[in-house]
Amino acid sequence: MSRIKDLFERKSNRVLNVYCTAGYPQLNSTLDVMKALQDNGADLIELGMPYSDPLADGPVIQHSSTIALANGMTIETLFAQLKDARKEINVPIILMGYMNPVLQYGFERFCKEAAAVGVDGLILPDLPEYEFETEYGAIIKANGLDFIFLVTPETSEERIKKLDSLSTGFLYAVSSSSTTGSDKNMTDVNAYLQKLKAMQLNNPVLVGFGIKDKQTFDTACAHANGAIIGTAYIKALEGTNNVAATTKAFLEGVLK
Amino acid sequence: MMETTYQKPSAQGYYGKFGGAYIPEMLHRNVEELQSRYLDIMSDAAFQKEFRALLKDYVGRPTPLFYAKRLSKQFNTNIWLKREDLCHTGAHKINNTVGQILLAERLGKKRIIAETGAGQHGVATATVCALKGVECIVYMGEKDIERQAPNVARMKMLGAKVVPATSGSKTLKDATNEAIRDWINNPNDTHYIIGSVVGPHPYPDMVAKFQSVISEEMRWQLKEHTGTDLPTHVMACVGGGSNAAGAFYHFLDELSVQLIAVEAAGHGVNSGMSAATTQLGKPGILHGSKSLLMQTADGQVVEPHSISAGLDYPGIGPMHANLFDSGRGIFLSATDEEALAAAFEVSKLEGIIPALETAHAFAVLHNHPFKTDDQVIICLSGRGDKDLATYMNHL
Ligand SMILES: Cc1ncc(COP(=O)(O)O)c(C=O)c1O
Repeated sequence: MSRIKDLFERKSNRVLNVYCTAGYPQLNSTLDVMKALQDNGADLIELGMPYSDPLADGPVIQHSSTIALANGMTIETLFAQLKDARKEINVPIILMGYMNPVLQYGFERFCKEAAAVGVDGLILPDLPEYEFETEYGAIIKANGLDFIFLVTPETSEERIKKLDSLSTGFLYAVSSSSTTGSDKNMTDVNAYLQKLKAMQLNNPVLVGFGIKDKQTFDTACAHANGAIIGTAYIKALEGTNNVAATTKAFLEGVLK
Repeated sequence: MMETTYQKPSAQGYYGKFGGAYIPEMLHRNVEELQSRYLDIMSDAAFQKEFRALLKDYVGRPTPLFYAKRLSKQFNTNIWLKREDLCHTGAHKINNTVGQILLAERLGKKRIIAETGAGQHGVATATVCALKGVECIVYMGEKDIERQAPNVARMKMLGAKVVPATSGSKTLKDATNEAIRDWINNPNDTHYIIGSVVGPHPYPDMVAKFQSVISEEMRWQLKEHTGTDLPTHVMACVGGGSNAAGAFYHFLDELSVQLIAVEAAGHGVNSGMSAATTQLGKPGILHGSKSLLMQTADGQVVEPHSISAGLDYPGIGPMHANLFDSGRGIFLSATDEEALAAAFEVSKLEGIIPALETAHAFAVLHNHPFKTDDQVIICLSGRGDKDLATYMNHL
């Protein structure tokens, strides 16, 4: 059974997924960040593969990508860093990134090596479902990786069903129509999450975008299986020289 | 896969291997709305009537096809200039913005966003927004705001808000990123008027169709002048490729016509300061479509360089990537210096000061030989007023 599926069988509410850009704040902090997240209550870890032109991201994650790239982060380096990660990290690991660097690496080689170092799933926001169905989905599945599609408040019910049927692991419910880190308020999110819940989807639902503290995490968890924090954690890490302490303080604030 | 031609992409927006719509879910509804409606809207009789009337009475079409006598003599062939520089606002860009503003109106959109490099597309967008009384926001790289100051002033005078893009190379690529992010954040009331044949399907096809009026006119105009509607060559500069797409469009499936696209080599193709995408690029994905892309071995987009802001882009539209890949098009390049020299040459020989972008197309006349009886049409995509500051430094 996939590690992600196993997680949701054991835990179906208040599941916390935390995003961090690989190679941020330092090239070699990736594993420290992962350990700190696991030790302080993160149920899943989403590692961002930095890209020069991250279209779906706001300024904070863009900036972390710029720094990670300047630090020298590449997919190859990331896989080298993850090689022994499974000795210490038990929670599911998801790689998030844009298609172009993955295509240059070689899509099949990427999936194979990701699986080999213990990665459980992929989020590639600019991989459309047509190309997923006709070309890439089979490669992802053949390597035993989960693939997580995004849905937004603008996504039609019919399309939500379709994307749910193509996803494995969980479905990523974007809380509002925005790039990451926007401060659009979450007032309308209740109706949208209730709609998703009523649809009785195949996959658990995690809510992302705009989750930044205890209050927003609680709001998301009221109608979904859990939530994803990205920008707020990246902001917390900015300028820190103690990843473990910063992460502990940040997650205590969210989970207390 | 469905049958495609050089002109017509597949249902999924592919020209051969290139195209598609590689967009995040946040853009899906808007892009899908465009995909499902653009052909119907554009073929509607009332739309066509309004579009054609604006092209005639507002843009000033048809633009002349002018026999360039002294230039022809200089290069010992027959050179015709398609005078897009005489369009209202000074470049071909307005053919597309007139079409897209009418489309946006039919989609019920109240807010228009655009990216711009040289500022010509920004001005053309601000212009049609003023014409229709619609809010207009133009994203422009910080570096381009400096080097194309007259166009920034024009956009502001036309009532548009110009927002600087401060990430990356601070040029066209980054302005496009910011425009796409704006669209993600404003999913309901906003239409994004892309300025070239780039972006997710259906933009490359839609923009090519709006610009195809250029080659539609070339055919009947050349026939009026020479008795035949097929030239031997059509030449155009390529940034994203919209003036080239418009100039090539009605010749794409006429295989006797050689199509010559000219890219910006910057300081030289192998100088590390270039924008010659077909020579330096590999297949990749940028701004929602799979095409040729200048990138590192790790798939990070390379920051291009060209003296002309409109060609300073690391990609190329998927239609052109397919023309290159299939061999249907000939792709040449001109350096900054060659383009500058050509701008001065054309000005003195024909009394026409071309845009720096356009000057690249003229520059390759020096190293691509033509026969005395060839009929060569050059798309004179824009006029040089916006580039006077650069030209003055070289007087
Ligand atoms: C006069 C002129 N020609 C050409 C271009 C390049 O764009 P495209 O390749 O889309 O025609 C521009 C872009 O700003 C321009 O202003």
